Amino acid sequence: MIPLSHSLILGALLFSISVVGIFLNRKNIVILLMAIELLLLAVNINFVAFSHHLGDLAGQVFVFFILTVAAAEAAIGLAILIVLFRTRRTINVEDIDMLKG
Amino acid sequence: MTFLQLVFYVFSAILVFAAAMVVTVRNPVKSALYLVLAFFSAACIWLILQAEFLAIVLVLVYVGAVMVLFLFVVMMLDIDLARLRAGFTRYLPVGGLVAALMALEIVLALYTGFGQGPSPEAVMAGAEYSNTKALGAVLYTDYVYAFEIAALILLVSIVAAIVLTMRKRPDHKYVNPGQQVTVRREDRLKIIKMKSEKPSSTESST
Repeated sequence: MIPLSHSLILGALLFSISVVGIFLNRKNIVILLMAIELLLLAVNINFVAFSHHLGDLAGQVFVFFILTVAAAEAAIGLAILIVLFRTRRTINVEDIDMLKG
Repeated sequence: MTFLQLVFYVFSAILVFAAAMVVTVRNPVKSALYLVLAFFSAACIWLILQAEFLAIVLVLVYVGAVMVLFLFVVMMLDIDLARLRAGFTRYLPVGGLVAALMALEIVLALYTGFGQGPSPEAVMAGAEYSNTKALGAVLYTDYVYAFEIAALILLVSIVAAIVLTMRKRPDHKYVNPGQQVTVRREDRLKIIKMKSEKPSSTESST
């Protein structure tokens, strides 16, 4: 039997690795999107672990919706990336400064 | 340690390794492939945690659709890797410090908070239990509005992705149906009056 805390620690490790990824690859939008996918995966692992240990299916339903929203987010994010590359010929975050905020 | 636990820790180790490679490897294509490995290991862990339907969905939707999309985009873009990698080592100490602190805090909180009280003990479902059936029974009754909103979100994302990436191409040849149905006979066809010509058979025979 796998203890609940071990699954949660796995989720925490995955979350931390993704945060490192966001720090390290702050110029490359593609890797940033992949790090966001990893963050969502870490959250989903927590949901599934709690759902398994509490015997409640609500956690799995939430994972289902998170997967849906994450897929939509990835599709739109990549579409924006394509348009950005077509107009600016770059995906470097530092070059995307058209909106001087 | 039972065999199930051993499998869980092996898959966890593979998952953590793949995640670390995703964020540190140089080539974005390799990064995407390591992300596929990470999703696959996560699906195996979900199978151990008895979320069979979600594990299959993770493989089908994420590995099959989203990661293929990522690979398409990464291979399509012609990116300058050297410029994108600049500052990688400069941000490594602060990023590593923040992440290590965060992981340490969560692990400490879990060990102090979850170790003392009565930890919830999962019950292994029997062989006749169907995760997909149970999930469907909940999804289409209690969460039916959320389910429909999720469908709407997917529709919006389809429309948004198509609209964003669509572009006018000047060299594109296509038929305009509106023009096509309003065309009249006079625009296309011209009837000319002319004399009929006789075949010059008499001249050739002589």
